[in-house]
Amino acid sequence: MKDRTKYFAYPYVVWIFLFIALPAFLVLLYSSTTKESNGLTTIHFTLENYKKFFQPIYLNILWDSIYLAAVSTVICLILGYPAALIISNTHVSKRNTLLFLCILPMWMNMLLRTYAWMTILGNNGILNNFFAFIGLPTFNMLYTRGATVMGMVYNFIPFMILPIYTALSKMDKGLLEAADDLGADKKTVFTKVILPLSMPGVISGIIMVFMPAVSTFIIPQLLGGNKSMMIGNLVEKLFILNGDWNFGSAISMVMMIIILLSMSIMNKFDIDKEGGARLW
Amino acid sequence: MKRKLILIISILSLVLILATGCSTEEKQTLNVLNYDIYIDRSLLTEFEKANNVTIKYDTYSTPEEMYIKVKSGASKYDLIISSEYMIERMINENLVNKLNFDNIPNYKYISEDFKNHIYDPSNEYSVPYFWGTLGILYNKNTVDASSDSWAMLWDEAHAQKIIMMDSQRDSFAAALKLLGYSLNTVDEKELDEAKELLIQQRPLVMAYITDGSPAIMINEEADMALVWSGEAVSAMAENEDLDFVIPKEGSNIWIDAMIIPSTTDKQELAEKLINFLCSTEATLRNIDEVWYSTVHTEAIELLDEELLSNPAFNIPQSDLDKMEMFRDPKEFIDLYTERWTELMAN
Repeated sequence: MKDRTKYFAYPYVVWIFLFIALPAFLVLLYSSTTKESNGLTTIHFTLENYKKFFQPIYLNILWDSIYLAAVSTVICLILGYPAALIISNTHVSKRNTLLFLCILPMWMNMLLRTYAWMTILGNNGILNNFFAFIGLPTFNMLYTRGATVMGMVYNFIPFMILPIYTALSKMDKGLLEAADDLGADKKTVFTKVILPLSMPGVISGIIMVFMPAVSTFIIPQLLGGNKSMMIGNLVEKLFILNGDWNFGSAISMVMMIIILLSMSIMNKFDIDKEGGARLW
Repeated sequence: MKRKLILIISILSLVLILATGCSTEEKQTLNVLNYDIYIDRSLLTEFEKANNVTIKYDTYSTPEEMYIKVKSGASKYDLIISSEYMIERMINENLVNKLNFDNIPNYKYISEDFKNHIYDPSNEYSVPYFWGTLGILYNKNTVDASSDSWAMLWDEAHAQKIIMMDSQRDSFAAALKLLGYSLNTVDEKELDEAKELLIQQRPLVMAYITDGSPAIMINEEADMALVWSGEAVSAMAENEDLDFVIPKEGSNIWIDAMIIPSTTDKQELAEKLINFLCSTEATLRNIDEVWYSTVHTEAIELLDEELLSNPAFNIPQSDLDKMEMFRDPKEFIDLYTERWTELMAN
């Protein structure tokens, strides 16, 4: 009778099949067939779509996306790590409030938040008005690459803070006391104990920021003014405007492979030590 | 193993049954597909009440997007409002039904000027909705428009203050016209020249956007923007320093029309909606919402003088003579798309 419980997992199996395996298979199918394939009788396999991607023009878009996403991820890490450290070191009563504040913006629609940034960064926006008020020169901020990076950092930084915080808060505080007892100064405690133990969180954070950042299309559109095309914009254009689902699927497949590869490389560095907390 | 399989299959079929079996037949639904911000929505509510139907209203931002939505067949539309060159393509591909004009008596109000154009030569498939043109919306305080030329958009004095459109055919139209070519060219050399020109312009461009430029111009964030005429009219109503110019090299004239796609099974009801939207009152209310030039002979008589004196609404004949309508470039669209991608990735 006990075995019966496993049947409860079947809806999940169906779910995976319908919404993960089947779409992934369709993307693979589209990416490796020609535009003229309309059914089983006319299906024609080809590698043209992949070949097309390895042209300088598309590779440039790819490198540019990776570059912008990497810059955003690094900034998220630089800002997010201390934030997570501070949250994990505050008293429990305040900690939840801080975490809550961290998550609060995510309750609002992402589009709305991004539109809000447009009024902050604009030429006659809040920031420039403030600069003019205190006598500083004004800057062109909206519709620049900097604005795109800023939008990504703003939108994705909670995904960096939360896993690092989880790793830090699960750390055994006795280890810190032991390090202190053995004569390590604050810097050594951080580099030899805290940092290595929080690495799983850092890696989860990097992955969770980098993945949405590299494939975003709405932020470069709204804050970057479509001037630096990212790979997400290209895929969106191919699907929605050009109707070239085959090429769009091929790019998606390439992206999937790149992300899987980088995740497996990241995991190599990620030696799961005791006390570390992994999110996945 | 077998039991597992049966269970999985039964759950799968249950999901499918639930997904397909939830259509109720009591109230008819009409699926309408239109550009964003291109109708007074209360008109639809009125039509729903008067005819006991539910209207499912769906929007898109470019004709290309609309075409893919229809072609992919994910939802069956009963009425579509779109632009002439895409309608031409859809007629050629047998995606549009012929209309029964007996059900559309208000068709008589549509001006003869907008009937029988090349996209629907004997006017069997479409009923014109609005028309307009492409031009430059600029701020009188900062921009000298005396040159009356598309070259304004290449003026380095306004670097980072120029807004272009994230729409390949419209942006190419400006460059092609400046070079003195047809905006329907399929000559690769001419297109390459236009691309070079647009690449030169890139450092001067503040942003490539389609829907937000009037708001940016109203806030005086930018000096000029490539816009459709109705956007200019609405922006000029909000900020008196704005003006609109249709450059002397000529521009694009477009007609948006209502069509009934071949996927419909409610032809008569859709025709009734077309007729409703062609009534004088509905047209007036739509003008008040979208600000594009009207095709309606009776509504135009009832508009106030201020609107009629706006050159972006009541476009002068001298400008009209130099305008060209977009044609469906068929497979040559790839020539545009390729160059546009190269430009955007530059």
